[in-house]
This record gives sequence, C-alpha cells and structure tokens, in this order.
Amino acid sequence: MSYFSFVKTELKNLFSKPATRPYPQQPRKYAERTRGHIENNMDVCILCGLCSKKCPTGAITVDRTGKTWSISRFSCIQCGYCVESCPKKCLSMKQTYTQPDAEKKTDTFVKPEQPAPAAQPAKPAADAAKQA
Amino acid sequence: MSKRSVVPFGPHHPVLPEPIHLDLVLEDEKVVEAIPSIGFVHRGLEKLVEKKDFNEMAFVAERTCGICSYMHGMSYCAAIEHIMNVEIPERAKYLRTVWCELSRLHSHLLWLGLLADGFGFESLFMQSWRLREKILDMSEASTGGRLISSVNKIGGQRKDVDNAMLRGFVEELDKMEPEIREMARTFLNDSAVRSRLDGVGVLSKEKAHELGAVGPFLRASGVPYDIRTTGYLAYGDIDFEPVTSDIGDSYARTVVRINELFQSIDIIRQVVAKIPEGDVAVPVKGFPNGEYMMRVEQPRGEALYYVKANGTKFLDRLRIRTPTFANIPPMLEMLKGCQLADVPMLILTIDPCISCTER
Repeated sequence: MSYFSFVKTELKNLFSKPATRPYPQQPRKYAERTRGHIENNMDVCILCGLCSKKCPTGAITVDRTGKTWSISRFSCIQCGYCVESCPKKCLSMKQTYTQPDAEKKTDTFVKPEQPAPAAQPAKPAADAAKQA
Repeated sequence: MSKRSVVPFGPHHPVLPEPIHLDLVLEDEKVVEAIPSIGFVHRGLEKLVEKKDFNEMAFVAERTCGICSYMHGMSYCAAIEHIMNVEIPERAKYLRTVWCELSRLHSHLLWLGLLADGFGFESLFMQSWRLREKILDMSEASTGGRLISSVNKIGGQRKDVDNAMLRGFVEELDKMEPEIREMARTFLNDSAVRSRLDGVGVLSKEKAHELGAVGPFLRASGVPYDIRTTGYLAYGDIDFEPVTSDIGDSYARTVVRINELFQSIDIIRQVVAKIPEGDVAVPVKGFPNGEYMMRVEQPRGEALYYVKANGTKFLDRLRIRTPTFANIPPMLEMLKGCQLADVPMLILTIDPCISCTER
C-alpha cells in the first residue's frame, strides 16, 4: 500500500505535450490500410454486378440498362468484400471516411458512353447526385 | 431483521454503457439478493444465419461485440473451417494469435479505464485509454480497422502483415511496457484505489467453479482455467501459464487482468519470433456440412461457438455463448452481502458486455 503513487504520472503530464490532437486544425493521419470508403473507377467497370451480389449489407446497386453503379454510403460497412471479388479490380478502398450527413445518401457513378470521350469522368455525376 | 426494500438498478445507469437491469433486494444498505433481467438490446443474430450466406456471416459474427470483435469473427471462421476440414496455413494461425492478443490488450486496458472511472479516478482512466490508443493504432495499421478488423475469412486471413511491421509492433510494445507498469503501480498499490477494491465482492473458488464463471473472473478466484492452454491457433507452440490469484475479490480481478497485459505482450513477442513464412489463406470450395463446437478464450473469458451446417450456403444454426452470459450467475452470487454503493463497481469487475450477451 502506498500513498501519492500517481504523483509522478501527474507531474509528467503537467510538463509534457498533450496526448490528444487539436482536431480539426490538425487532421489525423490514416494508416495505409485504413478502410474509409469505396470508390469505383467507372472507365474500367463492366457492371457485372458481382459486387452487389457479394455485399453483405446489400449496399451496392448495379443498373445495367441505366449504366449506373450506386452505393448507399450509410449501409456500407467498409468490409472490402466487394473489392476482393471484383473481376476487373476497378473497386478500391480509400482511406478517408465518408462525411457525416443529416440524411442517408446514395452515391451514384455513371458509366461513360463507349467509346469514352477522354475526360467525361464519373465525379461530376456523383456530385450532381449528392446535390439532388 | 430490518425491513427489506427493492431498489431497481439500470437498465440505464451512469456507470454502465450498456443496458442491464437488476432488482436489488436490500436490507438497510446491504444487498441480500439481485434479480437480473436482460434482453433490452436483443438483435436476433442467431436467426440471421438463415438468410445470410455463410461467407457473409463472418462479417456479422465479428459485429457480435465491439470490443472482442476480432475473436468473434475468428472463432466463427475457425468453426466453419473445422466443419469443412480446411487446414489453414501456419502463418495465418500465428497472425490470428497476434491479433487475438492485441485485442486482449486493448480490451483489458479499456476495462482498467472503465474501472478507474467507476471508482471516480478520472485521470487514471485517461492514462489507460491513452495507452489503449496505441494498441488501436497497431490494429488499424495491420487490419485497416481500429476495432472491426474484417480480416477473417473462411480458409485463413484476408490480409498479410509483413515481418517488419510485426517487429515494429514488438518494439512499440517494448516501449509501452514500462508505461503500463507505471500505471499498474497506481492500480495495485495506491491506498485510495485499494480501499475501493480490497475485500469487496469476494467469490470463493468453489462458488466460482460451481456457478460456471469464466475468464479472469474465474482465474481471480484461483481456478487456473484458460482455453488457450488447449493449444488452438499457435498457442500450442507458445510458452505461457494461466494467470491466477487466490483472493477472489475485486483487487484480485484487477491483478489478474494487469498481469494478463504483460502475458499478452510476452505472447506477441514469442509469436513474432517464431512466425513462419508462407501464405495466409487457402482456397475453400463447396459448402459446409456438419456441426462443430468452437471454444476460444476471449479477453472476458471463454466464448463458445456452436455451428451446424446442412450442405447449403445457409447455416442451420449458430449458437454463441459469450463470456458475460456465463458470468452473470456468479456475479449475482458475488453481489450478495455487498454494500449498495459498491454495486456499480462490482458489476464492472466482471467486465460485462451486455450487447454480446444479447447477440
């Protein structure tokens, strides 16, 4: 049994840098493997639908006639099962987490017309879907 | 005899992050009986197996618990592998052992923090969670998730960790060890902490065994029972002894968990020194047919996975018995005779995880 056994730690804490980070001024560094969110490179995607079949939560919807690939960001559990099963390797796991939101949103990626005009990327369409 | 009164405890209580309800029968300030009721966060996980593919179920299984998540996913996959007669590569077994011990480290550090918070020592709580954060960073660097690892699949692991990273973890743990020792000094010797823990909630060896306590709760009562000694994964090649204490009170439970921190660090060191090269997964074809009972030692105690498969992609039955479920009857016994003011902290000493229990 001892008294004042915490004093050493307490004094060390007083004269050392804080263990926490001033977020959001200093954002955190993600590890290389951090599972943040799924991105799809629509130029390569063949809309085979394997990812939507494999997804444990059914977050991915593939529409072949409309040529769109959409993911419900709030259903996705970032397990990476779709990335593994993708035959064309167009799906990838990005490190940043999705933004918080007031409502459950779905991001839609549109397949560019073939032959693809050099830069008619999926991003603007995805942004438009976000605003809609 | 004084008049008896009943005080409801929970389901929402400041000291418990999860809902459990107890009816405490009191004589003056002394608890004479505790009647539990659970079922506030039931999720019907066992029913879900009937409509989730057995591969997808690995992701559901690891969501049984947010703390021992890795081991839930691992034991589910191991059970299916046993049914399908799949022998996973040695390297995968060793990696699984590393991740199991990392999750034990972070779970025990979390518990130490919650205990310190339970008896009102907030800066000690911050200290242990500061240390836990380093373990979580290791988890994130190796699996991609701080808690939910999603690296288990039937037939092995979905990700390999290179040896340089593993050695980095050992170096980091070497640096952490003196810090944990410094923190443990306060937990084990400080007079204020001892006055809350010594002789509170004593559970005798016989009662602990009879009522089926598991994990550190059982070992603190002097029973050297640890499923890891059966040698699943790589534990057969590792040299370790179950940590026990004979006292059986709250202090003993703290001692056991603190010593298990050092034991886990030692196991990781041994595993990293011995880890073989090779693949981390084998391809698995077909559907499981048969049944298996998998037992693993989770941070909170022995967990039991019963899986019954019927040769289709859906399982027949998945029964999970989590350590907290087994620890509730001995906890009720332990509460008898204690003071009302000690009840919240005594419930904490079994390291309850109610959401696990409800599944």
